[in-house]
Amino acid sequence: MARNRIYQEEEFPSPLVQSWHYFRQNKVVMFGFGSFVFLFLLAIFSPVLTPYSSFENNLDHLLVPPAWDVNGDVSFLLGTDNLGRDMLSRLMHGASLTFGLSFVVVIISLLIGVFIGSISALTTGIKSIFLNHFLDVILSIPSLLLAIIIVAILGPGLGNTLWAIVLVLIPQFVHITKNAVKDEFSKDYVLASRLDGANSFRILSYSIFPNIIEKIIRQATLAQSAAILDIAALGFLGLGAPIPLPEWGAMLSNGLDLFYIAPWTVYLPGLAILFSVVATNLVGEGMRHALKQSKEN
Amino acid sequence: MGALLQVLELSKSYKLPGHWFNQRECIALEPLSFEIKAHKTLAVIGEAGSGKSTLAKLLVGAEIPSTGKIKLNGQTLNAENFKQRCQHIRMIFQDSGTTLNPSLTIKQLLDEPLKLNTNLNERNRTQLIRKTLQKVGLLTDHMNFYPHMFSGGQKQRISLARAIILNPQVIILDEALASLDPSLRSQMINLLLDLQQQMGLAYILISHNLGIVRHFSDDLMVLSNGQVVEYGKTIDILKKPKHKFTQKMVMSQKFQLLHK
Repeated sequence: MARNRIYQEEEFPSPLVQSWHYFRQNKVVMFGFGSFVFLFLLAIFSPVLTPYSSFENNLDHLLVPPAWDVNGDVSFLLGTDNLGRDMLSRLMHGASLTFGLSFVVVIISLLIGVFIGSISALTTGIKSIFLNHFLDVILSIPSLLLAIIIVAILGPGLGNTLWAIVLVLIPQFVHITKNAVKDEFSKDYVLASRLDGANSFRILSYSIFPNIIEKIIRQATLAQSAAILDIAALGFLGLGAPIPLPEWGAMLSNGLDLFYIAPWTVYLPGLAILFSVVATNLVGEGMRHALKQSKEN
Repeated sequence: MGALLQVLELSKSYKLPGHWFNQRECIALEPLSFEIKAHKTLAVIGEAGSGKSTLAKLLVGAEIPSTGKIKLNGQTLNAENFKQRCQHIRMIFQDSGTTLNPSLTIKQLLDEPLKLNTNLNERNRTQLIRKTLQKVGLLTDHMNFYPHMFSGGQKQRISLARAIILNPQVIILDEALASLDPSLRSQMINLLLDLQQQMGLAYILISHNLGIVRHFSDDLMVLSNGQVVEYGKTIDILKKPKHKFTQKMVMSQKFQLLHK
């Protein structure tokens, strides 16, 4: 039942809610955000939703084209691959591997990076410089190459590549947190809060984080699109997810030999990667735009 | 009645960045002493860079003095003990726009000093916030507003509310009235004077507007290049300025003074 508004209720949007209003105004960005949420839900619920298991071989239905093709079969909506595995199920499971794991990777490196960055901002001198820059060495090596080196030492596997990507993403978060916290610390309201008797930790958690959280989230979306590409690329090279796993990059390389006979085994995972990267980038871009707008007003 | 706040030989100097063997010092404030009683106002005037703001920061504890002591009711204040100090000496900054955290509501802003410095429970705190907001002429409804929804004068009032909520004895106004337009400024002055009578506050007014200084203050201190060049009753100094700098300042603002 609709509530009757007898009294004029006033709303007091917090700055975060205001940015959300700006964010919501852009239709394209909202489409990206919707796709992002869709992928996120898919990553969580794919085991429940998929029609087939991702390993199940239907040997009498090898290389069935997608259902819209003349030879297609509607029980395999997006066709099957050379071992008779349902493409749709594999793509859905892949969402939790490629997209879901990239999300987890970003969260881990965000937590570590923000922690190191804020300590670095609170300290001064050598300690601060060391904390800020000791991971910068990693920035000099391309992320893929570093992941390959780590895999070469520890052996191939999804876990090792994930750690490598976590390691690569940490310095970005350290830097952005340190700079943002330093910027905020020079503002007068921090001094006012300090004069109220607040200690540094309280100022950081109570006064500063609410003001820089948007910046960090934006960096996280950018990091995630990089993480998706890295996971897929390592899978494609055969260094990441092992063969039977339906990781999108690995699926792509698996279908590469069959490109002329069964192009859907290549373009479907490719499109999935494209879709997820575009969705995350749209969210990041929309966030940047919303931040800019709320700063201007 | 004895002095409320006593300042003895307070000074501040900064080390300029330089080589190890070539270290220079920049003296922001030469040693100065003064005292101030309850219900009284001391005005500090001076040109830009004369050490006015340094003095304010030293008094409120944002900077650590190089030498000297600050005594409140005969008790020496520790340099880094904010908890001890902030209950008695509070400051209102020049630009209230930047001193209010943009992502907290007014209630949260005013709650912070209470949470950190008193043992009141939540209900009492809310009550005190309501009372203080009314005291400075705001509505209790404003508790749930965010700072960006207020005008400059209202923000200044919130800063004032934040300053008086802990029942302090001394309030430092660092150019707090400079950014307001004349009508708001006189409103604020009347409000401040009312509060002074009610609560027995001592003010330290840092300003460059002689009109306000004459209207507001009992004592006057003139700073120039970190040195006290004149110190005495406001009326005396403004009538017969002795130092060249004070004479200049009075001359330049004579027009304004005559037409007040």
